[in-house]
Amino acid sequence: MLTIKNLKVSVEGKEILKGIDLEVKAGEVHAIMGPNGSGKSTLAAALAGNENFEITEGEVEYMGQDLLELSPEDRAREGMFLGFQYPVEIPGVSMVNFLRTAINEKRKYRNEEPLSAGDFLKLMREKKNLVDVDSDLTSRSVNEGFSGGEKKKNEIFQMALLEPRLSILDETDSGLDIDALRIVANGVNKMKKPGNATIVITHYQRLLEYIVPDYVHVLYKGRIVKSGNSQLAVELEEKGYDWIKEKSGSEA
Amino acid sequence: MASEQDKIISEVTGNEYKFGFHSNVETETLPRGLNEETVRAISKKKNEPEWLTEFRVKAYRHWLTMKMPKWAHLKIPEIDYNDIIYYAAPKRKASYESLDEVDPELLDTFNKLGIPLEEQKQLTGVAVDAVMDSISVKTTFSETLADLGIIFCSFSDAVKNYPDLIKKYMGSVVPYTDNYFAALNSAVFSDGSFCYIPKGVHCPMELSTYFRINAANTGQFERTLIVAEDDSYVSYLEGCTAPQRDENQLHAAIVEIVAMENTEVKYSTVQNWYPGDKNGKGGIYNFVTKRGICKGDNSKISWTQVETGSAITWKYPSCILKGDNSVGEFYSVAVTNNHQQADTGTKMTHIGKNTKSIVVSKGISAGRSDNSYRGLVKILKGAGNARNFSQCDSLLLGDRCGAHTFPYLEVDNDTAIVEHEATTSKIGEDQIFYCNQRGIDTENAIGLIVNGYAKEVLNKLPMEFAVEAQKLLQITLEGSVG
Amino acid sequence: MKTLTAATDTVNKYTSLFEENRDEIFFDSPDFLTKMRNESIREFQRMGFPHKKAEDYKYIHLQPFFNGGLTNRFSPRKLEFDVSEMFRCDIPALDTHILLVLNGFYYTENGQRLHETENGIIYGSLDEAIVKHPALVEKYLGKYADYRIDPFVALNTAYARDGVFVYVPEGQKPDKPLQIIHLLLSDDNEMVQHRNLFVTGKNSELDVIICDHTLSSHLFLTNSISEAVVGENARFDLVRIQNEHNQSVQITNSWMEQAAGSNAKHRNITLHGGQVRNNLNVKLKGENASCDAYGLFLSDKHQHVDNFTIIEHQVPNCVSNQHFKGVLDDFASGAFTGKIHVHPDAQKTVAYQSNNNILLTRDARIRSKPQLEIYADDVKCSHGATVGQIDESAMFYLQTRGIPRQEARLMLMYAFADDVISTINEVALRERIEQLVSKRLRGELSRCDNCVISCYD
Repeated sequence: MLTIKNLKVSVEGKEILKGIDLEVKAGEVHAIMGPNGSGKSTLAAALAGNENFEITEGEVEYMGQDLLELSPEDRAREGMFLGFQYPVEIPGVSMVNFLRTAINEKRKYRNEEPLSAGDFLKLMREKKNLVDVDSDLTSRSVNEGFSGGEKKKNEIFQMALLEPRLSILDETDSGLDIDALRIVANGVNKMKKPGNATIVITHYQRLLEYIVPDYVHVLYKGRIVKSGNSQLAVELEEKGYDWIKEKSGSEA
Repeated sequence: MASEQDKIISEVTGNEYKFGFHSNVETETLPRGLNEETVRAISKKKNEPEWLTEFRVKAYRHWLTMKMPKWAHLKIPEIDYNDIIYYAAPKRKASYESLDEVDPELLDTFNKLGIPLEEQKQLTGVAVDAVMDSISVKTTFSETLADLGIIFCSFSDAVKNYPDLIKKYMGSVVPYTDNYFAALNSAVFSDGSFCYIPKGVHCPMELSTYFRINAANTGQFERTLIVAEDDSYVSYLEGCTAPQRDENQLHAAIVEIVAMENTEVKYSTVQNWYPGDKNGKGGIYNFVTKRGICKGDNSKISWTQVETGSAITWKYPSCILKGDNSVGEFYSVAVTNNHQQADTGTKMTHIGKNTKSIVVSKGISAGRSDNSYRGLVKILKGAGNARNFSQCDSLLLGDRCGAHTFPYLEVDNDTAIVEHEATTSKIGEDQIFYCNQRGIDTENAIGLIVNGYAKEVLNKLPMEFAVEAQKLLQITLEGSVG
Repeated sequence: MKTLTAATDTVNKYTSLFEENRDEIFFDSPDFLTKMRNESIREFQRMGFPHKKAEDYKYIHLQPFFNGGLTNRFSPRKLEFDVSEMFRCDIPALDTHILLVLNGFYYTENGQRLHETENGIIYGSLDEAIVKHPALVEKYLGKYADYRIDPFVALNTAYARDGVFVYVPEGQKPDKPLQIIHLLLSDDNEMVQHRNLFVTGKNSELDVIICDHTLSSHLFLTNSISEAVVGENARFDLVRIQNEHNQSVQITNSWMEQAAGSNAKHRNITLHGGQVRNNLNVKLKGENASCDAYGLFLSDKHQHVDNFTIIEHQVPNCVSNQHFKGVLDDFASGAFTGKIHVHPDAQKTVAYQSNNNILLTRDARIRSKPQLEIYADDVKCSHGATVGQIDESAMFYLQTRGIPRQEARLMLMYAFADDVISTINEVALRERIEQLVSKRLRGELSRCDNCVISCYD
């Protein structure tokens, strides 16, 4: 589904990602872990097409297409979803209006008829139940005045509604209490289908107790320095990132 | 609602100014030029009583002594007042017995504009006075309203049928000496709407005037007068469009509102005069004086405007808060794109005790346009415990436009509380990216964000107008990015 | 028509006065200055005094004060008494170089009119500097205060003969702040025009304190200019304390131009005065420059204080802050007009402006006109203005703690004023001003204690 080859990304002239290789197949869950500043969020933003992240080298193939050629909205319409670490507030724009526009844009892209108001509301209700989101959230403006936890839940709700093929969740667990974490994780697990894939970006192993990854990659100083199965996450939790730092330091 | 949303989107990707057509309606005009004869001729054409002719002539003479105001942040090209046709009217009979007698082309025009004049086709709950080239073509639902004692008719009819009311109130809020354009209008106005809500009546439907400039080289000078007697309520809407023409056309209107005790008058405008083309050629000069007086205690006047059209807008809907506990409100969204210029805002004059005013202004500038908020809050010495809050925000789309804020706070009472806040910002790139990531392209994202930004004001509009206004915002800003 | 004639008459009065006193005004004047004076008087004649409805002078009509009964002097007068005997700055802990300007002319007892330190710092009489360093002064004098757009600037540029000149070369900093004391002392009603010029080089620092005082109870009309050019990465700090009597009319024109990376702080504290108009014009010409402009006025009786500022962001990445506060008692009136002007392409500008006023009596009046004029999109600009009273809930809170109402009121007024005062770095000065403001708010005289002349009515 997604093949990243030697991806190098700079922000304001500073190289953050120094050559990433990663292959994600349908049905897989990958976790990307690493200490702060290792480039985790940069990878997510670059994949979603944020212009502030300049791709200096490398290739990314997504669903048989050159991902880097696609605009951010076309990436989204092709089924890529980014769960933002810091979801953006858009005052005055209602969640309903925002999401209906998003869904119908996607449908238009696929030459499908737009959803009627009734169908849309039905779909929204259904997904709300699925991810256990308060109905109150959808009557407000996009992320405006939401608490940290509400914003993250709202991301998962949007993910449920947009039914992406590839979800990239950027530190969706940060700032969540244990209940919210469980709700988020359950939402993700319920949406898991054989044809879909998920990349979970996280600092802590905590989330991975609920979303069990097939692969864990450790990102450090812009490179994947170690890959393994879910056991690696447990190891990391025990030994901390210093272990990786020392290791990669000695390797280098 | 879902299909409504789609319509908005498809229209955004559609054409620019969709009301730019011109109708072949037979028109009767006076020759170009302005002098005392023109003024008298207009009055004569309309079979006006002598007092009105005199009023016009006095106004004209006063206008001659005045100079065009220069204080606005506008570049107004020299206007040759002798090159304008001051009277253009669709040819008509003295009065229509039924719609069958109206020129079908005329009916068609209003149909195209989405304002069907046949009552059965109308949005229920809206009575319309349709004005083309300053002549009231048809007022719908007049009879229904008459049952309640509400008068809703063209200004000319009101002059004939209710001369006492007109004599009493016309010019009582905006005297002809008020300003240059008010003087001009008072001299040459051709028609407009009159609305009278008797004591204790809550007007059950929205009253609406739809203005259309059709004829070339003409100016449009209509005036509206709304009088609300004690304990009454009315909500009034105004819309307007004009054909696409290369030359500039002048629109100088007057709106007067008189609100007695315990009344509420809401006046909403969606202004969509032809703004000129991408290079700033053509477009309407919209120089309008709108003012209401809260004459009685506990009265309220609320102005809501969505200004998207016109090459130049010079307009300050104002409230004189004379009655104790009276309330003035001004909610405005002004969008300028390409070479449009707008200098708009309000004037809240607090005279009575415990008077309150609220000003919410949202300016949006794009292209090479200039958009200014200009507002005066004046608290007179006797206005104990007066309160004002003003919030004026500007949003800039692009780096070749201007957004300006010129508030004036004049406070002569120590118990007053006056607060003004203003911010200037551009659309957040992070907001656009967030929308992009959900599959919404940049143009639509901007439409969404701008509508969200203006929501506080759009919410104040009656439902039918709110949808219209939302579409307009998006259309006006089309092509402003990228 | 009558007023129009009066206005023209007043203009003519000053143009002919200029012609009649050419010899004295042009005394020792180098060519560049002669040329500038001649141009300025022509510009003044062209512009005339601002008429009553002129937008920039909407809330203060100054022309009538220029009408008559004022003596103009074009050379310093001989005085019968020793000024330093009569006036001594009463802030003991304030360690500054004191520069006295008496009725518009640099005043010294020891004859040393210009100080030049080893590291190249020059300070002292502007008149003297023009003679001794004509090339240096020519480079800067009149280059910032634009006599083509403001009649009072034009009038001053034509007439002013002296004031203070300060030059701080690259990388230098005077060992102490410079304190300029403008004294007005006369035996008749007098009009005074002087100007100061501050030049700071790259990476230099300069702290200036200006005190305006009246020492005799005559009617004074002052029209002064302070020009400052702030060099690259330089720091310039100006505090002006206006403490004149009710009969005085004071027009100050402060024009600053800032190079890249520079920081300027400008504060005007108006403790007392009759009619006061403070113009501040700042041009941010180099990237990453920042400017903080603060103003505070406390007025009562029939005083009028009118603060007018324009901050021009001409290049990207600059920051400006304006914060002006007023407390108005009795029949006092005040006005604030402030403009943030962001030029096209001045992206990433951050500009903020606020004006807060408290009216204490039903006869006090305030006009506030904060303005934004913005031609670049990637900016953060905002302004706020308020007119109100002392927060009643705060009053109540203090009262429940046993503080008497009157005292509570003073505390809150003081707190209101402190926003501006607390920006003064010089501790001794700040404490002194705190004391003065406190006294002022209590209605006690806030003049310097050891001044022998009681110039208050």
